[in-house]
Amino acid sequence: MRYLPKSESERRQMLATIGLQSPDELFVTIPEAYRLGAPLRLPGPLSEAEIIEYFRARARENSAGYTCFLGAGVYNHLRSVVTDALIQRGEFLTSYTPYQAEISQGTLQAIFEFQTLVCQLTGQEVANASMYDGSTALAEAVLMAQRLTGRRKFLLARTVHPEYRQVVATYARNLGLELRELPFAASGQLDLAAARDALEQDTAALVVQTPNFFGVLEQVAELAALAHVREALLIVCIAEAVSLGIVHPPAEADIVAMEGQSFGIAPSYGGPFLGVIATREKFVRHMPGRLAGQTTDNQGRRGFVLTLATREQHIRREKATSNICTNQALMALAATIHLCLLGKEGLRELALQNVAKARFARAELAKIPGVRMPFSGPVFNEFVVEFPRAVRLVNSELRQEKIIGPLPLGQFYPDQTKRGLLCVTESMPRTEIERLAQAVRHALEEPL
Amino acid sequence: MYPSEYRYTREHEWIKVEGSTATVGITDYAQHELGDIVYVELPKVGARLAASQPFGTVESVKAVSEVYAPVSGEVIAANDTLAQSPEIINKDPHGAGWLIRIQLANPAELSGLMDAAAYQAYLAEKSKEAAF
Amino acid sequence: MSRPAPARRHVSRDEGLIFEKSAPGKRAFQLPPLDVPAVEAAEALEPAYRRGEIEGFPEVSEIEVIRHFTRLSTWNYSIDLGMYPLGSCTMKYNPRVNEHVARLDGLATEHPYQPVELSQGCLRILKALEKCLLEITGMDAITLQPAAGAQGELTGLLLIRAYLESRGNPRRKVLIPDSAHGTNPATVVIAGYQVQNIKSDAQGQMDIEQLRSLVDEDVAALMVTNPNTLGIFESRIAEVAQILHAKGALLYMDGANMNALAGVARPGDFGVDVMHLNLHKTFSTPHGGGGPGAGPVAVKKILEPFLPVPVIEEKGDQLALHLNRPQSIGRVRAFCGNFGVLVRALAYTLAYGPGIRRATEDAVLNANYIRRRLEDVYELPYKLPCMHEVVFSDARQRKHGVNTMDIAKRLMDYGFHAYTTAFPLIVPGALMIEPTESESKEECDLFIAAMRAIAEEAAANPELVKTAPHTTRVGRLDEVAAARRPVLRWKPPAAENKEEALQLSTAGSQKNKKS
Repeated sequence: MRYLPKSESERRQMLATIGLQSPDELFVTIPEAYRLGAPLRLPGPLSEAEIIEYFRARARENSAGYTCFLGAGVYNHLRSVVTDALIQRGEFLTSYTPYQAEISQGTLQAIFEFQTLVCQLTGQEVANASMYDGSTALAEAVLMAQRLTGRRKFLLARTVHPEYRQVVATYARNLGLELRELPFAASGQLDLAAARDALEQDTAALVVQTPNFFGVLEQVAELAALAHVREALLIVCIAEAVSLGIVHPPAEADIVAMEGQSFGIAPSYGGPFLGVIATREKFVRHMPGRLAGQTTDNQGRRGFVLTLATREQHIRREKATSNICTNQALMALAATIHLCLLGKEGLRELALQNVAKARFARAELAKIPGVRMPFSGPVFNEFVVEFPRAVRLVNSELRQEKIIGPLPLGQFYPDQTKRGLLCVTESMPRTEIERLAQAVRHALEEPL
Repeated sequence: MYPSEYRYTREHEWIKVEGSTATVGITDYAQHELGDIVYVELPKVGARLAASQPFGTVESVKAVSEVYAPVSGEVIAANDTLAQSPEIINKDPHGAGWLIRIQLANPAELSGLMDAAAYQAYLAEKSKEAAF
Repeated sequence: MSRPAPARRHVSRDEGLIFEKSAPGKRAFQLPPLDVPAVEAAEALEPAYRRGEIEGFPEVSEIEVIRHFTRLSTWNYSIDLGMYPLGSCTMKYNPRVNEHVARLDGLATEHPYQPVELSQGCLRILKALEKCLLEITGMDAITLQPAAGAQGELTGLLLIRAYLESRGNPRRKVLIPDSAHGTNPATVVIAGYQVQNIKSDAQGQMDIEQLRSLVDEDVAALMVTNPNTLGIFESRIAEVAQILHAKGALLYMDGANMNALAGVARPGDFGVDVMHLNLHKTFSTPHGGGGPGAGPVAVKKILEPFLPVPVIEEKGDQLALHLNRPQSIGRVRAFCGNFGVLVRALAYTLAYGPGIRRATEDAVLNANYIRRRLEDVYELPYKLPCMHEVVFSDARQRKHGVNTMDIAKRLMDYGFHAYTTAFPLIVPGALMIEPTESESKEECDLFIAAMRAIAEEAAANPELVKTAPHTTRVGRLDEVAAARRPVLRWKPPAAENKEEALQLSTAGSQKNKKS
């Protein structure tokens, strides 16, 4: 087998060194009743070419040839080939967690740079080396807020991504945390009055997402003020990180839980992605996840190490800030490289291109009789459209044109079956936006 | 080495009684076992402590140790200098490295603690066990 | 003619931070021109929603990005370079075809919310992997959702809780052996249970009599690793399962050590009710400096109704994602799992097919070979036969003041990464060594020679070992300072401090100038 570097004669020699005759003798400590007598029934073995063909065949069974206008937490942005060229280097791809700092300085310095970039983007003081994804980062932020305040009640805007809220619920259920949802206003933003009324003396935190699930920007500064009056924390989660190129960073938030997939990571049917938590320096010892810190060696040279490890599971065990061990280091590296490639001006330009494309799409769709934009709040690259009939029906017409239309909101908000979420990034050609508008117009002209 | 006017616990805390109040810290043995101390978590002033219950933690790079209250009482002061310079505990564990001061709730609890001679004998026994 | 300045060590050894190379106006990436009307920043958003420039954000060219990260990469050890003898990490070869297929157009490009009729390829990949993993583990049902082993553990415990709740009482305690990985007790707490520790016996295996006395109707489960973290198979595992089942408790297995079992034995056969797998361990997906991974959870039939959503179901020849499962524990993450990692794991499994047993044999052979060739110079605290990993202690070297950390650091001077130090906790001064099947006899022999040399050095010249490493790019780093006064990000220097910052970033090359 091509992955195994031993010849038969070497195996025999090594067995002889141990005093054994056959490999089966290596397993005598397993009771005989459980030792398999026959090979497992598995497909293969396949050669490299056959493996590639298998996956190419699967790739042909997906959405090839379709234009996709979906966002909702997973964004199709342009990615430079430079990123893959670098992360595929064996020294990054096949290296271990940098516990032995002296021979992992590449990884550690890159993590330090990543942490810095996240702070610069979010306006927060410290950031960790990654969590699994935005949804679990949000769940961990909630647990962190519980530790910090000692309180158990949480208010979550309904405009937070529905699946993120579901994940928070799964984590919170067994820890006696109480989760309450808050309604949204006509603007598509969290209803400020509802938030003010719901905040109590024993609220741990208010949780919002910006841009929110409807693509609308939330009023972070106002919400922070409301929360802080009650000595509650404000947790802001961000699903579309490219927005930070133009949108005011949530510096007033106490904890930021971000999804970094937009920074150079392919959609890849939902993962692996890149969660990260950023917060104020005074909260750092309550923060989950690894942290890279700067230090010096015994010759005074600058170097980096994993630090504040006493928060983590391998030392604190049952008192750890989290059970997280493996994180998303390679994705964090991809994001770091991507952000360095974009640079200060490039990120801004990218964000403005997104705004421009979405604005154009919105304008084209607004011209169609019957189509309206129900939410008045400011948006970035996603927005909700309302059709005179169920979105699913419109989408099946669009599919005949090889267009994957807006995400029907009805599956998450049962009263909104005529509304869909549309995302337009810098990667969407104008001609496709025009084709979408034309197809929607035709679909709506069809009798039901 | 171990001040004769202090009392000691089996968990390596010391307590120096001054009338109805007392100062608490960890012993030289404890700081040596932990290694370079990097962080200390102390209770707030006003916190009520129960004897033998943990009231804080002392951390080195690779380990965290809980610190246990030798006796019951209310915290009247915490050593703020340790936030900036936790290494003071390593340098002067019985003096400047004190952790908290408390108002004693039940002075009778002191009788259960070891004096300096007993503590030193306890340490000697521990090192014999380790040698096995 | 003036004398030329002495040559500095090339900057590739002293590469600074990317922020230190920035200069205004440099760019590395050009966007295609906009084909719709442009929107200026001031028109894009109202002032309250708009940000100013990002201070200190990098501004570099493409070649600087390539050089910066290439240089950084050269400071890393990696599997591509040599062995990682890290116990319980299973650092095996990461096949490159896996990278290729994960990046295919039509796989890397797919959106998890696209219509299920347009995602059959992705779903078939997931279903195929599910079937392979069920065959390997001998379990009945599986979820591929969890993002890593620790999340798999949480999912497993939540499944146990849901099952017990459905029978009227979730119970309160979970038993954890004192040899367990730290994620186990941390996870128990997040699942809302209390940890109860159970000690190993003198042979390093589970103490069955102690277990019998501890298992009562308040115990929800026992979390076991098998083989355990000493590399020793828990030969009485079926009895363990019986004791638990008799009291209505369940057996959870941490599958981190599956590299000792794949193709040889199946946890489902010896009484395990629920287990997780670490795809970044046994199934070769790359560690990438710390992740991503994936932690699928396989279960017996009784736990199937509680699996997290979505669940992939077959409807004739079509596959669909099911969300409406009334007894499900809910979602453990958004979307559909770490699909890219799952693709790699399937590619690995397809490469081996039924021959996967051979990999397991080689892994166990390597570990035992190393054990035999080192047991005369390093203390072996537990003498039972080991499987894919072996645990020594530093007891003999400690007599000279040298401990396991020191030995690990000295090993780097011989060109290897360290083994796992100071774990499991039941062996003071542990050296936990797992060579995996990816190591040739030559590599094993080199490792053995290095370890034997260090044992001699510990006796003859302990200072050399205690101050190691000596040949790495940086020496031993001050972890105490890093923890006392953490510096966790770069900050733009204030004008007066620019000079100081420049000094700091070139300190290394200054040192070399002098020497």
